[in-house]
Amino acid sequence: MLELNKDNFDEEVLESDGVVLVDFWGENCDLCLDLMPDVEDLAEEYGDDVKFCKLNIKGNRRLAMGQQVLGLPSIVLYKDGEKKEHLSGEDVDRDAIEEAIKELI
Amino acid sequence: MSENYDMIIVGGGPAGMSAAIYGSRSKLKTLVLESKRKTGGQVATYEEMENYPGVPETSAPELMENFRTHAEKFDAEFAKGEVIDIVNNGFEKIVKTKDKEYTAKSVILATGAEPRKLGIKGEEEFKGKGVSYCATCDAEFYEGLEVVVIGNGNSAVEEAIYLTKFADKVTIVVIHEEGVMDAEKLFQERAFANDKIEFFWNSTVEEIKGEGLVDSVVVKNIKTGEKTDFECDGVFFFVGRVPSTDFLENTEIELNDNNYIKANDNMETNIPGIYAAGDVREKVVRQVITAAGDGATAAVMAQSYLEAEEYWQENVVESAKPVIVSFWSPTDNESIETIGKLEELGLEDRGYKMVKIDTYKNKLITDRYNVEEIPTILKIEDGEVKERLVNPMIEDVKEVTIENLEEVKN
Repeated sequence: MLELNKDNFDEEVLESDGVVLVDFWGENCDLCLDLMPDVEDLAEEYGDDVKFCKLNIKGNRRLAMGQQVLGLPSIVLYKDGEKKEHLSGEDVDRDAIEEAIKELI
Repeated sequence: MSENYDMIIVGGGPAGMSAAIYGSRSKLKTLVLESKRKTGGQVATYEEMENYPGVPETSAPELMENFRTHAEKFDAEFAKGEVIDIVNNGFEKIVKTKDKEYTAKSVILATGAEPRKLGIKGEEEFKGKGVSYCATCDAEFYEGLEVVVIGNGNSAVEEAIYLTKFADKVTIVVIHEEGVMDAEKLFQERAFANDKIEFFWNSTVEEIKGEGLVDSVVVKNIKTGEKTDFECDGVFFFVGRVPSTDFLENTEIELNDNNYIKANDNMETNIPGIYAAGDVREKVVRQVITAAGDGATAAVMAQSYLEAEEYWQENVVESAKPVIVSFWSPTDNESIETIGKLEELGLEDRGYKMVKIDTYKNKLITDRYNVEEIPTILKIEDGEVKERLVNPMIEDVKEVTIENLEEVKN
């Protein structure tokens, strides 16, 4: 999965064609760490159709908030640079993410 | 590695890990199944831990790490897995996770509780956009911002204090009269003394509003009915907890009206060999120390259950010979006398197996066979009760054993 930061976010996500998934996570967020292996799993499976990225909010708080992300974990999907889906909270699991991916590809 | 266990513990919080320490130390093959990556349960998500006896200087995550190390020291196994069902086949119980099945002779349910959702307008919509249930996850976002905390129990007030390390202002919405909160006095005092914390009393939050992100909440005074549009950047929900018992939906395990598991003082549920411990159990006090106590009780009871059941299966149910079972108690003279006379009959030489059950120690078997009076003698063949003698004369016993046997021979 591609590591995002302030410098490459616009280029890799907003100016990118096709479907991009961004996993917003934080080191203090246990749910995020629980979810990460599932997202990596999905990256193996859908890697050809979707660009999988992750963004550690440490140092990137404003960037996340600019994407209207104010809670973790947040999985945000973009298509052709446009925000299409924002999954967040305790109920986010592999199945929910996979469903969202399938809708966009 | 074998997937058969003596004891499977569902949930790796303080109750589950205490049970694991007791179980594995007693040489039971013990497995803890935790749905999350990290063990420790609700406690591991907190910061401070000030009231666990004997450990005056620790943090909540550190204490939970020590619970785990302690259990692993006695070879308890840990696995990640969310349990979705439990099938009770008598002495064998099948514990199913999403992708695996385990069998266990005893099961301890220690799944704890999770934050309750209020279901107010905007709660779903603004999840991850200002609505939060986890202060440690999201606090950093609110540096220099203003947040609202809904709830007034220990976790609400504790987390509100934690949030003041980041946010400029934290407003707690309390449903009770001014000055009244459910949290412990100690937390209340700290909150009152904190300059960054303010309160809405007699109030609830009715709606969360915003565009893209949370802009405000509608606070309703339940006494006057007055509504206030209160500006804030985030809303944290700490409105109590609900037990994690959804996975028991298809089982016979008895729950109360609020879906907590019903268990007695010995942590026994209505199903023999299945126990409940910690916050998931119907009870009043829910603390780390009481959860740990529950776990210890459950494990000790499970161990004595295993011993009693294993002995019974081996010596009675699976016995090739007919078995004479005498229910007795060392404090009941009549039962001692009967047993003495029984031994004089020399039934073992005539092909019987003799088994004694102490009704005080072995309630499991005593209750299963509805033994209410002692002495009671059962004659069991192929696992089935063929004769039942309550308070028998020795002649009666002779009749169903020796004479019956001769009859068969003739």
